[in-house]
Formats: sequence, structure tokens, C-alpha cells
Amino acid sequence: MFLRSSGELSAAAAPGRGRWRRKLSENLTAYGLLAAALVVFALFSWWPLIRGVLLSFQQVDFVNPPTWVGFDNFERLFNDPLFGAAWRNTLLFTGLALLLGFAVPFLTAVVLNELRHARSFFRIAVYLPVMLPPVVTALLWKWFYNPGPGLFNEGLRAVGLSGLSWLDSSSTAMISLVLVSTWANMGSTTLIYLAALQTIPGELYEAAELDGASLWRRLVHVTIPQTRFVLLVLLLLQVVATMQVFTEPYVMTGGGPEDATVTVLLLLYRYAFYYNDFGTASALSLLLFVVLGIFSATYVRLTRTRS
Amino acid sequence: MSSTRTLVSPAALRSPRGKALYWLVFGLVLVVFLLAFVFPLYWAVTGAMKSPVELARTPPSVVPETWFPETFWQAWQELDLSRYFLNTFIVAGGAVLVQLAVCVPAAYALSKLRPVLGNAILGLMLATLMLPASALLVPTYLTIADVPLLGVNLLNNPAGIWLPAAASAFNIYLLKRFFDEIPGELLEAARMDGAGPVRVLISIVLPISRPILAVVSILALVTAWKDFIWPLLVFSDPNEQTLSVALERVAPDTALNVLTAGLVLASIPMIVLFLIFQRQILAGLTAGSLKG
Repeated sequence: MFLRSSGELSAAAAPGRGRWRRKLSENLTAYGLLAAALVVFALFSWWPLIRGVLLSFQQVDFVNPPTWVGFDNFERLFNDPLFGAAWRNTLLFTGLALLLGFAVPFLTAVVLNELRHARSFFRIAVYLPVMLPPVVTALLWKWFYNPGPGLFNEGLRAVGLSGLSWLDSSSTAMISLVLVSTWANMGSTTLIYLAALQTIPGELYEAAELDGASLWRRLVHVTIPQTRFVLLVLLLLQVVATMQVFTEPYVMTGGGPEDATVTVLLLLYRYAFYYNDFGTASALSLLLFVVLGIFSATYVRLTRTRS
Repeated sequence: MSSTRTLVSPAALRSPRGKALYWLVFGLVLVVFLLAFVFPLYWAVTGAMKSPVELARTPPSVVPETWFPETFWQAWQELDLSRYFLNTFIVAGGAVLVQLAVCVPAAYALSKLRPVLGNAILGLMLATLMLPASALLVPTYLTIADVPLLGVNLLNNPAGIWLPAAASAFNIYLLKRFFDEIPGELLEAARMDGAGPVRVLISIVLPISRPILAVVSILALVTAWKDFIWPLLVFSDPNEQTLSVALERVAPDTALNVLTAGLVLASIPMIVLFLIFQRQILAGLTAGSLKG
């Protein structure tokens, strides 16, 4: 009796202990596999995020140890005439980029979805610019924009119009950068929309047409609602991306002419790497982060309540 | 060949007027695509092969009157492109390998081993997707210049590109989601045969995951090859610079025909990669967007 009871106890205890031991072993293995990722995320993602906030309130260069300066960095930003210009320019770029970068790819995708021939060619053609390094695109288009023998002015003159100043005029420089950016990036959004359009059930169009809906009404009441989620997500991503535009103004205009294309990120770059003022640069990136964060949160809340 | 009905009904397309309208639209789209996407590339390639005098002429010649294909060789030598190509291959290739080495085991652990606090770690990783890249630019630069714990300077070192790239929440997300779809029974059967978690990862999970590994690898390669602002900060030493940084630096002092040839040469690897891996690249494009 006692022997049986003792055996039963040890038999009952063994599976529990074994399971616990296996669980521990599995966790150790898991954290072993996670170790490299935890290190790189900690060093190059989580710590820089914290450090960026700290830097915003410090005076930092490569020579002296950092010192705390409260809100001096923000004050310097607000007193900089370029600060307001950078935000206006960036908002202008983003606004124009959305007008073109949102409407053009969507309409292109709608049209491509109706065409049944040469599909491979259209996909390859629209996506090729995405594959080019942005610097290559920027330098090519800088040449295309040459007011004299540039491709675009020659094209305009060929059809009897006069050439534009493009990058050389403060009134046309920003739209010129937007055109480059749209050309270079619309391939991604076009193909994403195209994939989304192909998931719309044909029955919805059939039903709409039976109800007498015109082509335009079918577009507004079937196509757009059915792709609404993708449209909203891509809109948010495009705002965040275009608010951080850097390569085009840096390579093509250097922020000129007359600071007409200085963007927030270009100004941030100048503070950090022309003036070695990492504190003020961090303050500016913190402001950009806060602005984008507020926009994203507001946007998500608004779009969620509507659905 | 059956296809889902779209905005315009098949019946409308079968009528003579519908057919005419279809081919009219098709023709217009074809012309627009050729002008918008193909012609600029043609202009770049042929521009590189014109003489400097012909290149500067107005109005321009659509087809070069005299051809100078040797401009490409001239660009290769004058701009020292072989150095920058090699630098870029090292930077981009290493970025792919480091990202796979870091993100694959991590995604597997989070997906299949599900350790204590795993969800919190995943949440912290995915939260970085919300960060605009610019938020980390300055502090990551300072971190690279003096890496905590290790105390090394990774500026002008390819590791300065590889390691930040490895902190990729997007890769973790893509890989974990794919691993989540692998049936648990399949892996459990291997465990019954005595295989440990690492053996399961290497012998079963990796072979099954070849498609997603291809997508992640190609995306990582393309991203690293195309990147400009981060290599601009890391590589101030011209000898270490990637193609993008070097081309931007030499552009103001280079003859237009030679520069154009250099730009064309710099574009070739990515275009070839796209033509070969079109399916994987487009799969990666939609993977993160539609099902998210």
C-alpha cells in the first residue's frame, strides 16, 4: 500500500517536472535565438530613440562632453528663419506629392485593371523607376530639367510651348521635385492598388450595373469602398514618407533656389553635419516625430470612427 | 481563360463600340507608358553615347548621329566605378546576410517557441515600425560613432550599415507571420523524433520557408543598394563610399556624357535583379500591405 502510493506519487511528479524542465529549456533556446535581435534592436533602435529625446535637451558636439541646456535647442529652432520655411516647404511637398502620388497611381491601377493585353509590360514599365537608386533618378532628372538642352524643355519647345525654369526658379522648384518623386515611387502604389482591385468580387459590379449605375458611379460606390482600407493605409504611409523627403532636395537643388526647397530633414541634416549641432538637430527630429505621431493618431482615429 | 468581371462588363467590351473604345484606351495607355517610363531610360542610355557637343545641342537629336559606346568604359575608369560597385556589393550583400542571421532565428523563436515575455518583445519591435526614420538619424549616427558596450567606431565601416539594418521590424513581421502559418503538427512530429528546436529550424522550417526568405533577401538587397542618406552619413571616406554617395559627390565635376554613362551603369544591377526576380519583388511589395 505504501509502496504503491509512493510509486504513484513519483509517477505523478515526473511529468510535471519534465514539462517544466522542457519549458525552461525551450525558453533558454528561444532567448538564445533572440539574443542577436535583442542586441541590435537595443543598440540601433530602442536606445537611439531614447537618446534622441535626451539629445534634444543637451548641447552636443564631438569635442566637449554633453551639457544640459533645457529648451535652448528648441528656442534656437524657433528663432531660425529657416525653421518656418522648412516646415512650409515640407508641407507643400507633401501636399503636392499626395495630389499626384495618390490620384495618379490609383487611376493608373484602375485603367490597368481593365486592360487585358501586355499586362507584363505595363507592370514592368511602371515599376522600373522604383528599382533605380534615388540618387541616379535625381541626377538624371536634374539633367532632364536643364533649362537649355534638357529633355523636358526640348519636349515643350517641340510642341510650340516655351521652356520653364524648373529647378532654377523658386516658384517651380518644389513642383519639379514632386514630379521626380512621383515618377520614382508611383510604381509601388500602383501595383498595390492593382492587387487590391483584383480582389473585388465581380458580382458587386454586376449588381451595381443592374441597378443602372454608370461607370463613374460604379467607380465611386464599388471600387473605392472596396479598396478603402488599402487607400487609407497607403495615404498614411505616403504622408509619413513625404514629410521626410531628403534625397531630391539634397541632390537636385541643395535646398535652393533661395531656400525654396529646404525641407525639415534637409535642415536637420545641416544642423547635425554642417554645424555639428546634434542637440538642435535632435530637437528638430523630435518635433517632426511628434507632428507625425499626432497626425497618425488623429488620422487613425478619424478613419476608424467613419468605418 | 476566365477572368473576374471588373469595372467594365465583358458584354460592353464585346460590342463593336466597346472594342473600339478598348483598343483606343489601350493605345493611349501604351503611348503614355512608353513616353513616361521607357523613353527617359532610352534618353539616358543614348545620351551617354552621344558626343559632348551633340549632347549639348538644341534641339537635341533623338537618335545619336555618331555613337560613342566607349563612354561607358570611360565612365567605368574615370569615375573608378569598380571600387564603388565592390563597396556597394559588400554593403548590400552583408546587409542581407546579417539581416537573415538576426531576424530569422528571432522570428522563429517568437513564432514557434513563444518564450515568456515574447509578446512584449514583439510589441516593442513592431512599435519601431511607427517611427519615422528621421527620428533615429542623429542618435543612431552618434551610436555608430561610439557603439555602447563595445566602444568601437563603425563610421567608414560596412558594419555601420549592416547592424542598424538588422534591427528590422518589417523583416521580423514578415517572417513571423509566415512561420505562424507552418502547421504545429509538422514541427511536433520532428520533436517526437528527438530533434531540438534549432535542428527543427534548420532542417524543416528553413527549407519550407525558401519563398519568404527569397522575398526578405531581395527586399533587403534592394533597400541597401538604393539607400542614400544613411551611407552618406556613415561613409565620409571616399574610398569606402557606395555608388549612390560617390556619384552624388563626383557629379558636379564630371562631363555630362560620362556622368550619364555612370548613372546607367549604376542602374543595371537593380534592373537586372528586377527582371529576374520580378515575382518575389512584387510579392514582397504586396505582402506587407494587403493582409496587414
